[in-house]
Amino acid sequence: MASPVARPPRPRGFWQRLDQAARDLAPSALTVLLVLATGIPLGLPAQNGLMPVPAIAAVYFWTLYRPGLMPPLSVFGVGVLTDLLTAAPLGINPLLLLLLHAAVLTQRRVLARQSFLLVWTVFALLAAATLGLGWLLRIALAVRLLPAEPALYELALTVALYPAFSWLFVRIERSLAAAG
Amino acid sequence: MIRLSVPLRQTIARLVLPVLIAASFGLMLLGKADTVLAERARAALADLLVPLYGAAAQPVGTLREAVAEIQRLIHLRSENARLREENARLRRWRDVALALEAENLALREVLHAPAAPTPEFTTARVVADLGGAYARSALLAVGPQHQVRKGQVALDGAGLVGRISEVGSRSARLLLVTDINSRIPVQVERTRVRAILAGTNGPRPRLQHWTGGDQPAPGERIVTASEGGAFPAGLPVGIVREAKGGTLEVELFADLDRLEFVRLHEFGLNGILPPEQVTRPARPRGRTGG
Repeated sequence: MASPVARPPRPRGFWQRLDQAARDLAPSALTVLLVLATGIPLGLPAQNGLMPVPAIAAVYFWTLYRPGLMPPLSVFGVGVLTDLLTAAPLGINPLLLLLLHAAVLTQRRVLARQSFLLVWTVFALLAAATLGLGWLLRIALAVRLLPAEPALYELALTVALYPAFSWLFVRIERSLAAAG
Repeated sequence: MIRLSVPLRQTIARLVLPVLIAASFGLMLLGKADTVLAERARAALADLLVPLYGAAAQPVGTLREAVAEIQRLIHLRSENARLREENARLRRWRDVALALEAENLALREVLHAPAAPTPEFTTARVVADLGGAYARSALLAVGPQHQVRKGQVALDGAGLVGRISEVGSRSARLLLVTDINSRIPVQVERTRVRAILAGTNGPRPRLQHWTGGDQPAPGERIVTASEGGAFPAGLPVGIVREAKGGTLEVELFADLDRLEFVRLHEFGLNGILPPEQVTRPARPRGRTGG
């Protein structure tokens, strides 16, 4: 990770500034696209309800390695978008994603230097905590017991697909670092 | 950009996260207090996204078709044998149906019974499967001059799929019968025993609250009931199956995993949602419902 000191000074011209803005927004835009892509009907058996949660993987990865590119405001925006898209109770996804963001921020100095396997394990634990808390919040908001199986499938899929998401994010992170 | 002193900027940066977490709680309260607002926001977002999803549907559709074509080629022989057998069976049923139709017409003639009105319908394209782990819904693309209303019933080629829960200017949200919030009045086709079809978020909704002592038997056909004048009666729903714990479930005729187009029935009755939940004022239109 490049430390802030090693970064070149911020470009001044209009085009350079536009370029910089586009690069700063790339992680958030990619997260929004991934969230939207989970809605595309692929015609797979039992797709409905069996989708990973890319927002959790994206917030975890970018907060861990480039917190400057995933500011709290982006996390909040992605959460509100998810709420509106899936007709979830308003406010539930922004809260969960911001808590995840905050949790990763406290540990990132230690965690960012660890091996992929450990980072993945911590992701599994944090995703379980996030989705578990989401399940409890929904029960509290709906005032009735909700089945836990779909949430467990969602967790399993999200954790299983984390290496794929991570591979994609690493590519983008490298190209951003090379260009910036 | 406004120049701020470094300590002030750091303080602001440190405050953003707690403020946004508080805002999330605020949104939660707001969503609970004002359901209409959340619904409007959802409909506005859906209107924005429908063209995007529509554009993505083209390449995805080609891919889906290619996969389906390969599957069809693999199962060509067995499929052919199955269809031939089914064709023979259907031909016998057709004779029975024609005889019954003639008899029905003759009986109607004798009784002067009014014929059931033929339902009108519009067709809409399913552009997105939404919902995640806690809901079952789909996004429909409808034309800008559409007549789609909240509470309308949707069917695919084989049977009941769900009902419209939100309507925007270019989009509509379809709540599937498998959603945990879905409750639909149904009846057993043969015995006319009424029941409620309740979604569980699983693939098979459950049968609840049947009238009288007769429990619907596994294997019987379920159709919609016009309970409370809310639904057109007699639309095919599914077959009763017994689940492990002895609860009765319905195996749906509709293929909810591969929805592409749905038929939205216009049946001239006021929707099934209570009036205070209907947010959009009725548009000026040629005829009035019910």
